[in-house]
Amino acid sequence: MNKQEALLEYCLRLGDNSLIMGHRMSEWCGHGPILEQDIALINIALDHIGQARNWLTLAGEIEGKGRTEDDFAYKRDAHQFRNLLITEQPNGNWGDTIMRSFLFDTFNFYLHQVLQHSKHERIAAIAEKSLKEIQYHQKYSSEWVIRLGDGTEVSHQKMQNALDDLWMFTGEMFEADEVDQIMLAEGIGADLHQIKDVWTDHIREVLEEATLKMPELNWFQKGGKQGRHTEYMGYILAEMQFLPRAYPDAVW
Amino acid sequence: MITADQIREWLSEVTDPEIPVLTLEDLGVLRNIRQENGTWIVTITPTYSGCPAMKTMEDDIHRALTSHGLSNFSVETILSPSWTTDWMTEDGRKKLLEYGIAPPVKATASKKVLMGLADNISCPRCKSTNTHMLSQFGSTACKALYVCDDCKEPFDYFKCL
Repeated sequence: MNKQEALLEYCLRLGDNSLIMGHRMSEWCGHGPILEQDIALINIALDHIGQARNWLTLAGEIEGKGRTEDDFAYKRDAHQFRNLLITEQPNGNWGDTIMRSFLFDTFNFYLHQVLQHSKHERIAAIAEKSLKEIQYHQKYSSEWVIRLGDGTEVSHQKMQNALDDLWMFTGEMFEADEVDQIMLAEGIGADLHQIKDVWTDHIREVLEEATLKMPELNWFQKGGKQGRHTEYMGYILAEMQFLPRAYPDAVW
Repeated sequence: MITADQIREWLSEVTDPEIPVLTLEDLGVLRNIRQENGTWIVTITPTYSGCPAMKTMEDDIHRALTSHGLSNFSVETILSPSWTTDWMTEDGRKKLLEYGIAPPVKATASKKVLMGLADNISCPRCKSTNTHMLSQFGSTACKALYVCDDCKEPFDYFKCL
């Protein structure tokens, strides 16, 4: 794999994480438990989708074949997406969604903190801008983990269940493959080992305050970054891509 | 002869579609106006990554300049340096307050705000600082929802970014 190929993959991963996360959160629109939190989730979803637009537009330029952000979002099939498996997991109950956000937002925050110093100017620019929004996301999800974890017996149990179910998807965030290694060597990408350390520290701190028990599982699911997705991806794309695929000539 | 100042004046007609009292300049969204090979280039920067108002503002820029007879122009969007509420003008902050939205605090205080320790956001109606945050996210991504514990009215706070 050469540098240009790795760079494209890298941007697609960033874009797809944001796109799928944003889509999953948008599924809550109109279904939130209370109005303020319904609005909070969809505003966060909007941030994610906006960031996805920036990343996928950059990916198109890097690829140089004329593909636009819309082509990437609406015309690829499941095996061509590069998002982490955690982002495609189902919304479940409010606690499941918050826990998923918490685990991902924390990773996303530390990742972007590093990427804002990337040698690739555009990546640094997008990262710097996204970081400010991600900081709000991380704060939001961390606070809710604490509220619900250190909440009632029922909320505590639901949060523990969510944590136990999602933990197996956290390993993938820190697994550096060839793409990550090439990007790191070029000074463009982040060192996932370093991020894993700060991520673990923050997670531990919040879970402690939330009176939740960190799972001891040492085996992790992976494959999202390479296009091997869970069954959920098919359903997500069927919904997300329906309109432009059914009406390819439609314009706003 | 067209000058950058003239274009700036024309662009003062373009306002935020959600908060129509604020112009692009008030928001700090309008970054630069320059001429390159006979084409006027208007440079803007997005507020939030997913802000849906940006496209409308871009269209409005086209509309405003075209309506004044200008055709040799283009609008470019830059991401860096990233937009910050620090770029909002003093005039903009005053207009926001008059409109009923609490303006963002300055950068020096922003870390406090980000950590949810901003206990001194004043109510745009009764001016009391006895207010608290209901939700980090309000009617739009850029605003948080607050309530005044004195006059009991809810209000939007333009978040510090």
